[in-house]
Amino acid sequence: MSTATAKKPRLTTSAMIASIAGEGQRITAAPFGKALVALAEQRPEIVGLTADLSKYTDLHLFGQAFPERFFQMGMAEQLLMAAAGGMAKEGFMPFATTYAVFGTRRAFDFVHQVIAEENLNVKMCCALPGLTTGYGPSHQAAEDLALMRAIPGMTVVDPCDALDIEQAVPAIAEHKGPVYMRLLRGNVPLVLDEYDYKFELGKARMLRGGRDVLLISSGLMTMRSLEVATALEADQVDVAVLHVPTIKPLDTATILAEASRSGRLVVVAENHTKVGGLGEAVATALLTAGITPQFRQIALPDAFLDAGALPTLHDRYGISTEAMAKTLKTWLA
Amino acid sequence: MNTLSDAGLHARLAEHAYRIRRFACRMGEVQGQGYVGQALGYADVLAVAYCHAMSFRPDDPEWEGRDRFLLSHGHYAIAFYAALIEAGVIAEDELETYGSDDSRLPMSGMASYTPGMEISGGSLGQGLPIAVGMALGLRLKGNPAFVYNSMSDGELDEGSTWEAAMGAAHHGLGNLICLVDINNQQADGPSTKVMGFEPLADKWAAFGWFVQRVDGNDMAAVIAAFDAARALKEDKPRVILFDTLMGKGVPFLEAREKNHFIRVDPHEWQQAIDILDQSQGAAR
Ligand SMILES: Cc1ncc(C[n+]2csc(CCOP(=O)(O)OP(=O)(O)O)c2C)c(N)n1
Ligand SMILES: [Mg+2]
Repeated sequence: MSTATAKKPRLTTSAMIASIAGEGQRITAAPFGKALVALAEQRPEIVGLTADLSKYTDLHLFGQAFPERFFQMGMAEQLLMAAAGGMAKEGFMPFATTYAVFGTRRAFDFVHQVIAEENLNVKMCCALPGLTTGYGPSHQAAEDLALMRAIPGMTVVDPCDALDIEQAVPAIAEHKGPVYMRLLRGNVPLVLDEYDYKFELGKARMLRGGRDVLLISSGLMTMRSLEVATALEADQVDVAVLHVPTIKPLDTATILAEASRSGRLVVVAENHTKVGGLGEAVATALLTAGITPQFRQIALPDAFLDAGALPTLHDRYGISTEAMAKTLKTWLA
Repeated sequence: MNTLSDAGLHARLAEHAYRIRRFACRMGEVQGQGYVGQALGYADVLAVAYCHAMSFRPDDPEWEGRDRFLLSHGHYAIAFYAALIEAGVIAEDELETYGSDDSRLPMSGMASYTPGMEISGGSLGQGLPIAVGMALGLRLKGNPAFVYNSMSDGELDEGSTWEAAMGAAHHGLGNLICLVDINNQQADGPSTKVMGFEPLADKWAAFGWFVQRVDGNDMAAVIAAFDAARALKEDKPRVILFDTLMGKGVPFLEAREKNHFIRVDPHEWQQAIDILDQSQGAAR
């Protein structure tokens, strides 16, 4: 019965458990889980809640270390967020984890009304942000930043790598109030340790200078931007990279200072729909300040994204390193 | 007492279930992964749905008179595609494309990709509320078709499931049949440990449903449950709670450490297929 056709290698749809690390890339395993455990040793008010996704958000490490402070809420994201709010009202600092689509889309009103409206001290840490799974729109959180940015008082963080996550965990705990943090889980790339970098909540950071292009990016797109900058050296294109791990509140001072240096093409690169994310936030800041450089967006289209292998999809939607480099060259030509 | 024709029916449906299991394993082999533990556990239910209970036209998946089957648990797509192949809705050779780029068979079920896929599931807990609306719509149109909502036990955790359960009973939706795969597995572990939902039959009954709880891998019991759900004269929604065994039919997968995403090594797909072939050969 089985066909005798020769097996050709094929790209497989990335499973939900997949890591975004490229082959041969330096990685750290479960940086979020480890950082949270370390912090929770010092801060007894930290509790962990999940909606049937502790293993898929690295929160299981916290659960193993502090079983009495870990609460499995079942696959019920509205309960997850509202109960996290309830625990915050009783003085605890809940870290609530699920996938980004469910934490934002499924639970939106609970996040908005229960958590944000009362400025409760809940840290929502959500995996599979933007386009980091090939499972199709049900699991692709292309609009999570737009949704969370739209909530008054919400702090929104999009870390780039393991180092960023490690340092962001204590920083968001230090901040009083609700935080939405995009989470990379499993084997997470380690990149920023080579850039004399430190995460500071609310601060953007220049990672490298450059005369021709200013790439403003967040999340894993900063990793891509650094790769693009290196790749374009061969073409004598000089690319600066400004990493903006805090999407809200936005570090407009740094962004305006960098963008007002004349002669550079300003490009915002984000793993997010072009609607309502970092690109639009930067554009608004620039126009409001009367700064009008040449401006472009590298972002996901305003469309329901395809299912398929992640590398295919990143190429298709222009956020792979190769696709980005090609796009930049066309803009510069 | 089994009549001769009952025995014939069981044997025919067991053959269909075997072929569904086999197709699922072949798709798993294509991708090197897949929710095959769920597919093997749920194959008997799908065989009875598609090869006994439901009305549909394989060559016209949008036929207005069809019974609607909603795959709420979109990650069961591998199981469902196998059933659609067995039902003649999808060609067998298409399984070679499972999960590949631009395939009509993506890893999570979506309505716009696959003929016979009524909804885009996968954001779990949405099937039953959609089914309520479709059942209301069919009744309003005077269309006698049934709506089957197929869901996983993890979906019992979602509030939307119980909102819909109450709504279906309130509206007396006798044309709605809910199928629940109780495999006692969720992403973080055994369902009963993740969020205790027992006593489940009592819960559904208290919500106003006609409830049956059966061994979902006992072909005779599955057939009888479908028949009873369809035959009931009361204007009540019906639920069948199927206790199933992940990996059913392939002993080394049945015995493997239970996991949401069961580990299968590359050489094991063919082994699984061989075992299915052998035991079905012996049963014939
Ligand atoms: C609303 C929603 N929350 C979370 C998830 C992530 N998720 C996918 S499958 C799964 C387990 C749910 O339990 P069940 O479907 O019974 O798992 P299985 O039997 O397939 O192991 C979870 C939490 C999801 N797909 N949808
Ligand atoms: Mg289950």
